[in-house]
Amino acid sequence: MDFLLVQFLTGLANASALFLIASGLTVIFGVTRVVNFAHGSFYMLGAYLAWTIVRALWEWGGREPWLFVSGLLLAALAVGAIGALVEMILLRRIYRAPELFQLLATFGVVLIVQDVTLALWGPEDLPLPRPRWLRAFVEVAGERFPLYDLILIFVGPVVLGLLWLLFQRTRFGILVRAATQDREMVAALGVDQRALFTGVFFLGSALAGLGGAIVLPSQNANLQMDLAIIAEAFVVVVVGGMGSVPGAFLASLLIAEVQAFGIVLVPKATLVLVFLVMAAVLMVRPYGLLGRPQAHARAPTGSVAPVIRAAPGVLKIAGAIALALAAAAPLYAGPYALTVLIELVVFILFAASLHLLMGPGGVVSFGHAAYFGLGAYGAALGVRFLAVPMEAGLVLAPLLAGLFGVVFGWFVVRLSGVYLAMLTLAFAQIVWAAAFQWVELTGGDNGILGVWPSPWARDKALFLWLALVLCLGATLLLRRAIYAPFGYALRAARDSELRAEAIGLDAARLRLVAFVLAAVAAGIAGGVYAYAKGSVFPTYISIPKSVDALLMVLLGGVQTVSGPIVGAVAFHGLFLTLLQWVEWWRAALGLAIVALVLAFPEGIAGFVQRRWEARFGAAS
Amino acid sequence: MAKTTRRLFLAAAGTLAAPGLIRAQGTQPIRIGEINSYTTLPAFTIPYRNGWQLRVEQINAAGGVLGRPLEVIWRDDAGRPQDAVRLAGELLDAERVDLLAGTFFSHIGLAVSDFALQRRRLFVAAEPLTDALVWEKGNRYTFRLRPSTYMQAAMLVEEAAKLPARRWVTVAPNYEYGQSAVKWFKQLLSARRPDVEFVAEQWPALGRIDAGATVTALAQARPDAIYNVTFGADLTNFVRQGNTRGLFERRTVVSLLTGEPEYLDPLGDETPEGWIVTGYPWDQVNTPEHAAFRSAYQQRFNDYPRLGSVVGYDTITAIAEAIKRAGSLDTERLVEAMRGLPFQSPFGRCIFRAIDHQSTLGAFVGKTALRGGRGTMVDWRYADGANYLPPDDEVRRMRPQTT
Repeated sequence: MDFLLVQFLTGLANASALFLIASGLTVIFGVTRVVNFAHGSFYMLGAYLAWTIVRALWEWGGREPWLFVSGLLLAALAVGAIGALVEMILLRRIYRAPELFQLLATFGVVLIVQDVTLALWGPEDLPLPRPRWLRAFVEVAGERFPLYDLILIFVGPVVLGLLWLLFQRTRFGILVRAATQDREMVAALGVDQRALFTGVFFLGSALAGLGGAIVLPSQNANLQMDLAIIAEAFVVVVVGGMGSVPGAFLASLLIAEVQAFGIVLVPKATLVLVFLVMAAVLMVRPYGLLGRPQAHARAPTGSVAPVIRAAPGVLKIAGAIALALAAAAPLYAGPYALTVLIELVVFILFAASLHLLMGPGGVVSFGHAAYFGLGAYGAALGVRFLAVPMEAGLVLAPLLAGLFGVVFGWFVVRLSGVYLAMLTLAFAQIVWAAAFQWVELTGGDNGILGVWPSPWARDKALFLWLALVLCLGATLLLRRAIYAPFGYALRAARDSELRAEAIGLDAARLRLVAFVLAAVAAGIAGGVYAYAKGSVFPTYISIPKSVDALLMVLLGGVQTVSGPIVGAVAFHGLFLTLLQWVEWWRAALGLAIVALVLAFPEGIAGFVQRRWEARFGAAS
Repeated sequence: MAKTTRRLFLAAAGTLAAPGLIRAQGTQPIRIGEINSYTTLPAFTIPYRNGWQLRVEQINAAGGVLGRPLEVIWRDDAGRPQDAVRLAGELLDAERVDLLAGTFFSHIGLAVSDFALQRRRLFVAAEPLTDALVWEKGNRYTFRLRPSTYMQAAMLVEEAAKLPARRWVTVAPNYEYGQSAVKWFKQLLSARRPDVEFVAEQWPALGRIDAGATVTALAQARPDAIYNVTFGADLTNFVRQGNTRGLFERRTVVSLLTGEPEYLDPLGDETPEGWIVTGYPWDQVNTPEHAAFRSAYQQRFNDYPRLGSVVGYDTITAIAEAIKRAGSLDTERLVEAMRGLPFQSPFGRCIFRAIDHQSTLGAFVGKTALRGGRGTMVDWRYADGANYLPPDDEVRRMRPQTT
């Protein structure tokens, strides 16, 4: 009984830190609709800045509680200012871009912040020595309970109360709530959106910074903090209901308590626990605990997505030339170039499969790597347990991916928007955890080795041709599906579900078919990739892999059919070059992404298409 | 000629220029392709890089190997096995390196090792700890330098068996390294002490420990002793919660790797006293080999060596010795030279065992203590890796014997 009480209180303390981060994220999303990947970076900056500020105050009595707390608050304000700055220089310029495009920019910020932090603070973990009062404890039911954890328990509710006052009693707060409900209407009433958005970013980032600062007495400031927290923060926001601050509070309590007791009951489930909770909540309450269905978002520029037309002749010729050049590569390129080309071809299919969902399907998946990884594991498990040759492995790959596509898709297509995206993420994390933890089956994080091609395809040139046939063949089939009646129906369901259903289209079923098609295609890509690399690891299913796919599609342009191809080539090419030749490649890649985002707000292919049509008119 | 090479190398290393190639005029250098997680784990890989840089400079200043200077072409794998495999191909095919070396993460080490087998090229794995690298997934072309998870666990078991403690709990990060470390510890300790029982275990996710809840859950099991495998940010978090909540009082803690400066230093003035650990007391080892290494390192980098620095240093030493012994750069002859190769580490003389390609580099076993607000190791001794490996027939059973 005493133990349960202490464990419960520990959960409450953890919930506070989680709530600070999640509340910032949810406020930003609610108003600006920006899926802010950089939120974890603000959290990390909060910890580092707090470390610097408190250390600087050390000489003047920084150990004393009031100065210590002031140091943490100062760090939070500084992070708020950085957040506002990011909004003003970067995000403000791209609000009119297609939804989710900002995600790309915030991801660029993540990369830049990682390298800047490394450059400023160095590689080693930075511990903040705890003053005596922070090491104190109180007796709770005969057990020691840290005084600081006790203080933390109250921080969450206090911040919740302050936010409530801010939102209910101030003009700023009222505008924020209004904008959360209907931001076009708020704009129409003459409210300065720019100031409002900047203010919201300041508030949200400061909360993240405070979250980072208050964990400093219990853990080091370190360079892995940003990515360690971001997925969990998204989970809390989604479970609570996007944009709902009380929801975030409730969800952080739920998640923290589930974790505190979960590790006692099932110690090995630490990797999936939160994602299982999220999947369960979303299946029962599709909009989170306290969320409301998103008001039918009006398209930001008052226009629907452009109609997809057949490619102009020039593009077909250019594509044919590129294909011929790729196929002839063994004649003029070295073995390394062929390796890169094989990877490119795989990623083109991977991006194209996600594009089918995101573009024509209007289904944004944050967990598309699951199907890529399932494909790779399908092949690898075939090799490991059945010793099947490559030919059979390449059949198993799309089968396994497609099977899971059916199961997961059945749940996923019932949701929409960011909730849908987060459910795909939850499923992907569950698959990842299975690959990571089911050691007997998958070899755990050590992966499955020895997945090499059949002898006839060992030659690089032959494998390249095989990859070209399979991956580009599948890509062209996906393209064909977009132009087929199925593609038209899918787009109709995306643009207006009501009207589509009125003429007899089953929107959910159309999306499910698209989901399975995309899973199968990603599975093929994963299978080919497995044989190209010779080994399969859980990293193929991890969040960064899903983000890669998103980046490729967004960079290329969601609303053009050639977008994913251009995006895959641009992104992978950029990554390869920078990784190999630039020491600070993360900052360089981040800057490149940000520059591309600012230069091509419709994606690269979208930009080219617009210029082309402006010049030559739309093909009919 | 060697002097020119050295100056060129120093210039490049000093500015930490882009990983390009530095060619000497005249003599063709021996090219070593090195891959590691430089951006993912800079706290460990940068001291490691300093270590190999120092050794390359020393060897080249002394005239190189076989009359040719050494040159390391290094790549950052971004922490991803798939990129490491591609870069290994790039190093072999485009950079024409003579052999591969490096890696930190176990899964990346395994991926490169399997690639090396496929391409039949030598791979000297520097840091990965997984036992699979030399046993279950061992192959002819892969050699591993650092003492493995098994060896480090065995060193601690020797001490743990002497303790009166019977009720044990374990806490380890939830991935292969943590799982193996716990598996071996349980197995080896139970074999020596049939009276011990393991009453609880905790498996926090790497980098995301819920320390308060973990500490309470462990205390709930009322153990006599604790076996800890967490490290880095998780360890600080665990130690602070444990200190405040009194988990470590009147209990012995046995802890893997915690004495390595990489992990000990961040604990600062909260370093718990009396933990039995494996590690590296860099300031106290005063053998002539180590003193020479330490002063050269401090002079060159104005910093003290970490364990990674020794690993980087020894990796190059071993490669240079192997090339000397083989008298050529032919892979098959290099592999034969590596098998049973003796080399001199700052820790003492080691060999690469012919039976499983594991080096006998050891570790220091001792107790943690606080000195002047910093953690350090006391009562330590050097545990020679050769004494902490399973019997040969067991190794043969675990390692595929076809290669």
